[in-house]
Amino acid sequence: MLNPGLVLYEEDSKLIDKELQKLNQLSRSKVSFLVDKDGQLISCVGETNGIDTTSLASLTAGNIAATGGMAKLLGEKEFSILFHEGEKDNIHISLVGQRAILVVIFDERSSLGLIRLRVKRSVSALTEVFDRVTKKMDKINSEEDGDSPLTEITEDDIENLFS
Amino acid sequence: MSFINYSSREISCKIVYYGPGLCGKTTNLQHIYKKISPDSKGKMISLATETERTLFFDFLPLALGSVKGFKVRFHLYTVPGQIFYDASRKLILRGVDGVIFVADSQVERMEANLESVDNLVKNLKEHDFNLEDLPYVIQYNKRDLGNVVPLKEMEEALNPRKVPYFEAVAPKGEGVFETLKDVAKMVIMELKKKS
Ligand SMILES: Nc1nc2c(ncn2[C@@H]2O[C@H](COP(=O)(O)OP(=O)(O)OP(=O)(O)O)[C@@H](O)[C@H]2O)c(=O)[nH]1
Ligand SMILES: [Mg+2]
Repeated sequence: MLNPGLVLYEEDSKLIDKELQKLNQLSRSKVSFLVDKDGQLISCVGETNGIDTTSLASLTAGNIAATGGMAKLLGEKEFSILFHEGEKDNIHISLVGQRAILVVIFDERSSLGLIRLRVKRSVSALTEVFDRVTKKMDKINSEEDGDSPLTEITEDDIENLFS
Repeated sequence: MSFINYSSREISCKIVYYGPGLCGKTTNLQHIYKKISPDSKGKMISLATETERTLFFDFLPLALGSVKGFKVRFHLYTVPGQIFYDASRKLILRGVDGVIFVADSQVERMEANLESVDNLVKNLKEHDFNLEDLPYVIQYNKRDLGNVVPLKEMEEALNPRKVPYFEAVAPKGEGVFETLKDVAKMVIMELKKKS
């Protein structure tokens, strides 16, 4: 299959968390999270209590997919930044390379200017991490690696999940 | 596509319910949502019209438990079946790991079933997927109605590849979990093969 799944190891995961934490702090945001373009949550930091991050991740990916579709119809490559303004909270969404989406939720404690500046820096840092992750995955795919958690899973294990 | 996170020790997969308008895709998810215990599911999100037709997608995240120390998550999506929502259907297929085709068993919907399978094949192609390479099962839904096509005929028309199939009455939950379980197994076994 052309599009292999995403595999994230501890070291890269930590780098991503750290970058998000930095972003969240310096941009004075409420919540910052990173989502796979397919809708899976990769990492999330900030005041996440009471926020359904799984649903947000899926809707974010849907949102990016929909605007990507609109872009294509207009002959644009993509819209790399989306911004939604609410009464209290605002959402800033931007693409990280080909694979991920960075979402920042902020209120009056921050400003769009500050968010833009900090997001721009984090996007380039996160893009680097993702380039590395992708290279690692290519290497693993060509090497046949033995320590995947999946090698020992059986159909019965999955059956049991449902019972 | 699937996502394996060694840091949080989680595996996530995306399963999509496909099929013609009103065949019962959303009803499948509603039944699953109803039956799964609160700590194993997230919120079900339905982006629907005022008349409860799916507009963009339904989404239901399941976290049923752990296998070999890894939490296994299944993210279930339905597509909008109405023909003019094709652009949205295409988007939902992005990164799909397994497909459940829900067919409407009523005689007058056979044409729509066939059209929808063709549409599935076409839309997968746009993501560089072949239906043949993907975990795929078929559900013959609405078996409780009076005017249904005999099973054998449905098989001949819709299942040339002889993938696993299930008869269902989605509002009563008949066949719903059987279908999901089977594709879930296929998805995980496929992942295993690739790893
Ligand atoms: N009798 C009967 N009715 C069913 C069955 N499955 C679904 N229905 C009904 O069919 C109607 C449409 O079901 P939905 O689940 O909304 O259909 P859908 O496939 O999501 O439709 P779209 O969102 O337009 O693509 C609802 O009124 C359901 O109650 C079934 O097995 N038997
Ligand atoms: Mg629906």
